[in-house]
Parts: sequence; C-alpha cells; structure tokens
Amino acid sequence: MAAPAISRKATRGKRVERPYLHPYVAASLLGVVLFLAFLITGNGLGASGGLNRLVVMVQDWFVPQHVNTTAYLIPMAGGETNPLDNWVVWMVFGTLIGGALSGFFNGRLKVEINRGAHISPRTRLLVAFVGGAIMGYGARLARGCTSGQALSGGAVLSVGSWAFMLAVFIGAYALAYFVRKLWN
Amino acid sequence: MNPFPLPLESLLGQWGQYIVYLVIGVAFGAVLEMAGFGKSTKLAAQFYFKEMTVIKVMFGAIVVAMLLIFMATGVGLLDFNLVWVNPTYLWSGIVGGLIMGVGFILGGFCPGTSLVAAATLKLDGVLFALGVLFGIFVFGETVGSFEAFYNSGYLGRFTLPELFGLETGTVVLLVVLMALGVFAFAEYMERYVGKMPARAFPRWRMALAPVLLIVALPTVTIGQPTLAARWEQIAPQKAALLAERQVYVSAAELISVTTDPRARIILFDVRSEADYNLFHIRDARHIAPEALLGQAKQLRQDYTNTAFVLIGNDEVLPTELWKLLTAASLPNVYILEGGVNAWLDQFAAQADPPLARREDAKPGELAYRFTAALGERYPFAGLHKDAVANIPFEPKIKLAGKRGGSGGCG
Repeated sequence: MAAPAISRKATRGKRVERPYLHPYVAASLLGVVLFLAFLITGNGLGASGGLNRLVVMVQDWFVPQHVNTTAYLIPMAGGETNPLDNWVVWMVFGTLIGGALSGFFNGRLKVEINRGAHISPRTRLLVAFVGGAIMGYGARLARGCTSGQALSGGAVLSVGSWAFMLAVFIGAYALAYFVRKLWN
Repeated sequence: MNPFPLPLESLLGQWGQYIVYLVIGVAFGAVLEMAGFGKSTKLAAQFYFKEMTVIKVMFGAIVVAMLLIFMATGVGLLDFNLVWVNPTYLWSGIVGGLIMGVGFILGGFCPGTSLVAAATLKLDGVLFALGVLFGIFVFGETVGSFEAFYNSGYLGRFTLPELFGLETGTVVLLVVLMALGVFAFAEYMERYVGKMPARAFPRWRMALAPVLLIVALPTVTIGQPTLAARWEQIAPQKAALLAERQVYVSAAELISVTTDPRARIILFDVRSEADYNLFHIRDARHIAPEALLGQAKQLRQDYTNTAFVLIGNDEVLPTELWKLLTAASLPNVYILEGGVNAWLDQFAAQADPPLARREDAKPGELAYRFTAALGERYPFAGLHKDAVANIPFEPKIKLAGKRGGSGGCG
C-alpha cells in the first residue's frame, strides 16, 4: 500500500499516478454502491441496456420507419418513445463521468493503449473492436452484461444470472490459451 | 415499514428521477476505475491466473450487496417484491454468456469497464466501446430471425432459494462460503502462477472472512418474512384502506367498469368450485386462494394498470386474501362489496323462478339455493351498465402507478 513519495512539484503539476485500490476494498465499495442502487431504486446497475438505447436513438434519427417496424426496437424508440426516457441510459452517462473523475484525481487520465507485449498497437485496437462487437452481441442475447446480469442478478440470487456468469468465465477461459499471444 | 425502494417517479418526476441514476452511475464508474477495471491488461490477466482482481472484485461485490440486500429485506426495510430480479432465460443467457466470454478475452473489457477505460482516454477502451455499439446494432437487426431461441428457457423471476428449495438465509450463507473458497483459490494462483509479492496479501484481509460470516448470520436467523409476517409489518398503513372501505367495490361500480373497454379488470372468484359452478358473476375466473397467492408474483409481473377484484360469498375470505396479496406487493387489488350474496340480494329479484334465500347460511356460505349449476348463464350473472345507471356509487378503483425496479438491461 506504500504510495510512491513523489511530491506534485517534482512532476511539474502533473498528477501522480496513484495505485489501484486493493481488490477487497474495491469489492466492498462496489458492493455498497450496488446495494444502494437496489435499495433506493429497486434496480441494480447496468451498462449495455443504456448503450443499446443510444444505438437505437441514432437509428431512430435516420430510419424511424425501420425502428417502428422492428419488434425488438419498438419498445426503445418506437413511435413517440424517447430512448433517453430510461434510467439505464443515465447510468451510462454517470459511469462515464465517474470514470473520468476518478481517472483525473488518481492521475490515470491519459491517452494510452494497454496491450500485451507481443502485439502492435494497431492489432490491439483492431482486436479490441472485434472483441467489443462480439461482446455487444452476446450481451444483448443474454439480456445484460457483466453489470446488469452478473453483478445485479447475482446479488439478488437470480438463477439465470448465475448460469450466465458461469458461462462468461467458461467462454473466456476456454479461449484464453489460444489467444495468449494477445496478452502475454 | 418497507419504505424502500423509493417511489422515485412520484418524488422527483419522470425526468427528475434520472438524477438519482446519474449519481449512482458516477459512483459505479469511479469504483470501477479505482479497482483498475479501466486497464485491459489487468482484466485479461484474470484468464491466465496471474492476477485475479476481476473475480475477487466481482464476487466480493456480489457477496457484500447480497448480504446487505437480504438483511434489509429480512428486517422489512426493503421490499424484495419490488426489487428487480433478472428474469431467467436459461438458454439464450448461457449462449450469450459464452459469446461474451469470447469477446472478453479478445477485447479485454466488458461493456461497463470499457466505458470507464474510454472515459480515462484508453484508446483500446474507446475501440472496444465502439465495437460494443456495433455489436448491439447488429443484434437489434438480426434478433428477429431467431426470436424463439432468444426467448428460450424462460423461467421468469426465479431465484436460487426457489431452485434448491432452501431458505434464502441458507443460500446466502452458502454463497458467502463459496466466495471465500474462490478468494482462497484466487490468492493461491496469484502467489504461485502470478508470482505476486507478499505485500499484495496484507494481513488485514484475513479479518474479512469472519466479518462476512458474522454479517451473514442475522440473515440466516431472521429469515425472510412470510406473507402473514409482512402483513403485520405493513398493517399500520394498509389496514386503514380496509377500515375506511376504500378497497370494497360496489356491484354498480364493477358493472360500469367491466363494460368499459378501456379498463382492465380481472375478476377472481375465490369461493369453492361447487359454489362457482352453481353461480358466478360473468367473466369471473375461479381460483383457489392458495393458487392465487402462488400466482401473485406472476400477476405482478404480467399485468400493469390492471385491477384485480376478489369475489367471495361475502367479504370475510376476500378480506383475508387481500391482506396477503397486499403483503405480496400486488397492487390494485379490490374486493366485491358484500360478495356474491349481496350481488344476488341486489339483482336476483328479477329471477324467474325466484331464488330462495337461506336464512341459515353461515358466514362465508352461499346464501341462495340454486337448483341447477348454470354458472354464469343466469341473466343476473352479468348486467349491462344501463341496468345500474341509476344506482349511485362512490368510485373506488384507482390504479396505482408502478414502483420499484423495472430492469434496465432488457
């Protein structure tokens, strides 16, 4: 836990990059945030549902007729429905703000590409996009991502959420060996 | 009791309530960032057993939130019926999870963590988030072609205690024990595969295990309230509705609303099946009281803006049922004033041949003699609203707005 003893002066006004929280401390804080979300609102946390509404909002600007005739999209932006009229969209905005604030105050707000030692930045970005696309597709199929399904559903003991959580880890561990060049 | 979850929409307005979610989101994003979840290499290390932060933080957060949630519901602070529990769609959930696992190990994030990474200017996080948006777009355009699979394995609101037939407190304790096992395994891997130094394992962490177990104990011993116990908790507010007769609907009101095509009213006849077969009010469904209580959860999910009217021979049984259904958080439950007997008193005079009233009927019994079991085929089983146009009534049916979780990932 010993933070590097560098004064702010020594880094010419730049914020010193602070160490991350100990995992158990982070877990406790995250647990309390999740509990407060349930206590106050009755909802847990979420991310992909909000991103979905943002996607559909853009679709609704360009092809409203298509949105109004696609069963999956109608509840989000069909007719006069405003896709922003939903809590999870605002949670997404909050998550972005909270991440940026924490990054700023902890000296971690800087442009960088985190990658394994054996791949180029360009490969990393390409694989990140592909992985994200697969993740986005799977998250909608599973009706929620790690936040909305695993964390939230897990804490209230939903059977489907626990099955989902196991599946995510199985999927990732099963493939990990074959893509080890990406990360090691 | 049961002040939580708060009725945010009525407190802050349709848009005002989103401020609460924005603030929760800020806390969520900040904690994810401080945990190190904005850094893909830290997340991916999980899958090579080098650094197990992902599973520690995820399981730890689930355990902490679970303990607090079920303690709050156990003491009646939080109404679990109004807490959103992700409905189970087993097969699409499992396949979606496997696909997400693939995306996770390739991309190094999940959707929530990629937001934090993008917000802290990690370009791989930005690209991942863009990929997520693209994947979501493709899903929306293709789900129509495999809708049956998307909805497969549907089990509704289904929890682990229900699956295993165990008390909630027992499952809570088992989850805590399992998490402790996972933490021990994770630390073992970090030490021997990840070669993490000893200072990554400060001694204070050993105190957490007994703390979790001690916090779990009250949840196990208090248990979760039964419906009868929940009624005792909420009776101080809700009993007035019965005393002031605000939930007793007159026959005239019932007839005028059931013939209104805009109103959604479901009539539940909770008498014996024999009485139901002899005579019942038109369109009433027969259901045994226990079966109705068993369905309360499903009704709450499936119907919004629907009033449920309980019909007995008199008001005794429906009033007891009303208490339990209210304790089960089913909104908009009403009782037919005076039950079937009062209905017949009012309308069966037109019967030909006239019905005989039994003066020896005990409370809860049908007070009229029927010589044939014609069910709803009596003319007085259902009346046109013009027939009651001259009967004044005080309208009682008001549909309460929705409160509690509605789920966001759906």
